[in-house]
Amino acid sequence: MVMSRDEVFEKVKDVLVDALSVDDDEIKPEATLMRDLGAESIDFLDIVFRLEKAFEIKVPREELFPAENILNSSELVSDGKLTEKGLAELRERLPHTDLTEFEKDPDVNKLADLFTVEAIVNFVDNKINAN
Amino acid sequence: MRWIWIDKFIEFRSGESAVAVKNVTLAEEHLHDHFPGFPVMPETLCIEAMAQTAGILVGEAKNFEEKVILAKIKKAVFFDYVKPGDTIELHAKIDSITPEAAGTSGKIIRSDKLIAEIDLMFSHIDQNLAGKKFPKENFVFTGTLESLLRDVLLSSASSIKEGKEQH
Repeated sequence: MVMSRDEVFEKVKDVLVDALSVDDDEIKPEATLMRDLGAESIDFLDIVFRLEKAFEIKVPREELFPAENILNSSELVSDGKLTEKGLAELRERLPHTDLTEFEKDPDVNKLADLFTVEAIVNFVDNKINAN
Repeated sequence: MRWIWIDKFIEFRSGESAVAVKNVTLAEEHLHDHFPGFPVMPETLCIEAMAQTAGILVGEAKNFEEKVILAKIKKAVFFDYVKPGDTIELHAKIDSITPEAAGTSGKIIRSDKLIAEIDLMFSHIDQNLAGKKFPKENFVFTGTLESLLRDVLLSSASSIKEGKEQH
């Protein structure tokens, strides 16, 4: 399946509108799933299931939303901030996400802001157009 | 005591789909107030009936070893009232299932007429992301379910074996 990035965005938008009961115009590339769109933890799984169906792909959950495992490790988190090792781990697990801003102050509370609409579009775009 | 809101299963395909039946009666006291002179089954309780049907289907798929909790109502659309005397069929299907959760889609049908479409998500709460701990005992699936599944098990070659729900 070859899709343009705009087509991927439109389809991701439909998924998020349905999964989070938000309006079309709230889905902007820079919108964060939790803060801007009100997603809760179960919504992330709902989004994964819906993406799999909409794009006919397999989405191992830790690939798209891998931060939870990082939070549980004392080696990767210290004083509420990601350590150098934690950041390296995050970079490896989120190759589709721009971490430049986050790295300036790697507060774990800001991890949620990394899950943007754009990050999902990047992920899906990569997944379907790489195959 | 568990609050059971479906009467029995009439079809059960392990890990795939199930159909349960509920008979609605004016002996259910809440119908006297909902509404006086116009008794209709509350739509929230239609969702509960679907949650029990789909929840047992999801639980059986993992041999009743997981604690299956309703986590999200993805969709609930109603096309007609359910009234005393009605027999409703709850058709549930597993769309996705992972170690952490499951998504189901369902239809409520009365005499071949579509009454509602209800899609749900369930969490396997011992696998929760926050690492929270819950009591070891499976408080979701207790022996009470046996009677619901008994008839359908006798009449079909379902994969459920006796005693699994005792875990």
